[in-house]
Amino acid sequence: MLIKTPKSYDLKENEVTPQNVYLNRRELLKGMGFLGAGALLSTSSTNANADWFSEDKPTKFKTTPLKYKTDQNANNLILTPEAKVTSHNNFYEFGTSKTDPVKNAQAFNVDPWQLTISGECDKPYTLDLDDLTKAFALEERIYRMRCVEAWSMVIPWIGFELANLLKKAQPNSRAKYVAFETLHDPEQMPGQASRRIGGGINYPYVEGLRIDEAMNPLTLMSVGLYGKTLPSQNGAPIRLVVPWKYGFKSIKSIVGIKFVEQPPASTWNILAPKEYGFYANVNPKVDHPRWSQASERRITSGGLFARNRIDTLPFNGYGEQVADMYKNLNLKKNF
Amino acid sequence: MQKNTVLTQAPYQKLISKHKVKLLKIFIHLAALLPIINAYYLAFTDQLGADPVEAIIHFTGIGAFNLLLLSLAITPISKRFKLSMLLKVRRLVGLYSFVYALCHLANFLVFEVQFDWILFINEIIKRPYITVGMAGLLILFSLAVTSISLLKRHMGKRWQKLHNWVYLAVVLVGIHFYWSVKSEIIEPSIYLIITLVLLSLRFKKLTSFKK
Repeated sequence: MLIKTPKSYDLKENEVTPQNVYLNRRELLKGMGFLGAGALLSTSSTNANADWFSEDKPTKFKTTPLKYKTDQNANNLILTPEAKVTSHNNFYEFGTSKTDPVKNAQAFNVDPWQLTISGECDKPYTLDLDDLTKAFALEERIYRMRCVEAWSMVIPWIGFELANLLKKAQPNSRAKYVAFETLHDPEQMPGQASRRIGGGINYPYVEGLRIDEAMNPLTLMSVGLYGKTLPSQNGAPIRLVVPWKYGFKSIKSIVGIKFVEQPPASTWNILAPKEYGFYANVNPKVDHPRWSQASERRITSGGLFARNRIDTLPFNGYGEQVADMYKNLNLKKNF
Repeated sequence: MQKNTVLTQAPYQKLISKHKVKLLKIFIHLAALLPIINAYYLAFTDQLGADPVEAIIHFTGIGAFNLLLLSLAITPISKRFKLSMLLKVRRLVGLYSFVYALCHLANFLVFEVQFDWILFINEIIKRPYITVGMAGLLILFSLAVTSISLLKRHMGKRWQKLHNWVYLAVVLVGIHFYWSVKSEIIEPSIYLIITLVLLSLRFKKLTSFKK
C-alpha cells in the first residue's frame, strides 16, 4: 500500500460502530426498550426495508470470498458499514433511486463475462470471469469515495492497479487516453431498456481517463469489497475506482477498455457538460452549479443525528499522490 | 368561496354530515401523521436506508407536494361530484402540506448542512432551485398563519387575494422538484403536468386576476 503515514486530516476510530452491532441494531433497540408505539407503526416499513439489509434473501446475487493482501488501514479511517455500501448505490442501469440497484440487480448474471483490452497497444487481450480475480495479485485498498452529490463513504475495495492491466497490453505512443465501457444488456439491465427506469442517460455508460491518470498507482480495478467479490449493485464483476475523482468516474461492470489518442467521451459530461467535466477531480473550490462542493456528509453509521458533515479536501485528500499530474492545468476551467 | 350547500339541507342530514366531516378529519390526521412519525422513527434509528438524511428530505419534500396537490384537487372534485363536505377539510390538508414542507426545510438545516448557517443561507441564495423552493415555502407559511377563522373574517376580501397565491406556490414547488434532480426528469414532469391540470381547471379565475 502507498498511503501508510497518518495525515492531519485522518479520522479517528472512536466513533465507529462495529459491524456486528450495526447488523444487530434492531435487537439492540428492543433491548433498550424502544418497543413502543413507534415500533408498532414501523412494522410494515421495516419489512420493506428488510431486503436492503438481510443476509439471507433467497435470490441474492452470489459473492465469494477472495484471497488478498489486507490494507492495515494505517490512517484509521472509519469504514462505512458493508450493509450501507451495498444498499446505497448510483447505478442507473438498475434504476435511479439509491435503493433500486440492490433490489433490481440480484438476478444479474456475470458468467460468462469478457473484458477486452484493445486500441492503441501492441498486445490486445481479453480476460474472462475467472481471469478477473486470478490474472493479477489482489490487494485491499481502503479508499474514501466522494460522490458528486456531496456525500461520501469509506470502502475496503479489493482489486489490482489498473496500471498492471494496462501495461500487459503494451500501449503504444498514440495511447494518450484510456476509454472504458459498461456492459450493454437491456435484458438484464432494466434501466437500459426503459428511459423511465434508467433516468434518460445514454447507454452504454462510458468513461475515460488520461493515460497518466490511468497509470497512477492509486487507480484501482476493483473486483471485490469487504473480503468478497463485488455485489452486482456495486458493479460486479469488475469496476474502476479512482479515489481522487467524483464517484461517477468510477465506472461499473466494465466490458471494454481501450487505448485512444483523443479525449474519450464520458456519460455525465455528454448529458450535462456545464455540470460534469471530463476531469471531475474532487475540488472543494469548484461548486456544482446547483450545490456546494465545499463540504460533504460522510456516511458511516448512526441515524439522523450523526454529525457527519466534514470539509471536502482537494483531490479527496489524495493530493500528495496526484496533484503533480495537474500542475499546469487550470482546475476551475477543467473541472 | 363556494356556498355551503350542506347548510340548506334538513337538520338530520346536517348532523350526519357533521359526523362524516369529523371522521374524515380524523382519517386525514392519521394519514398525514402516521407516515411521517414512522419515517422519523426509522431515520433516527438508522433504518431508513443507508443515508437516512437524504431519505427523510425526499420523504418530507414529496409528501408536502402530494398534500399540496391534494388540497388543490379538493375544490374541483367537490364541485364535480357535489361533495361539499370535502371543502371542510381542505384547510386541514393544506396545513399538513405546510407541516411537511417545514419539516423538509428543517431536515435540510438540521441534518443536511447540520447548522452550518453560512452554508445554509448561501445555498438558499446561490442555488436557484433552493431559492425557488424557499419562495414556495414562504407563501405556504403566510397562508398557514392566516388560515385561522378569526383572521379570515377579519381580513375579508384580502384573505382570498392572499390565498390565491397558492397557485404560484404550487408552480414554484414543481419547478423546485424538477430542478433538483440530476437526470431522472420523468417523475417531476408528471408532477408538473398534474399541477398544470389543476391550474387549468381554474383557468377563468386565473385569467380574471389580470383585470
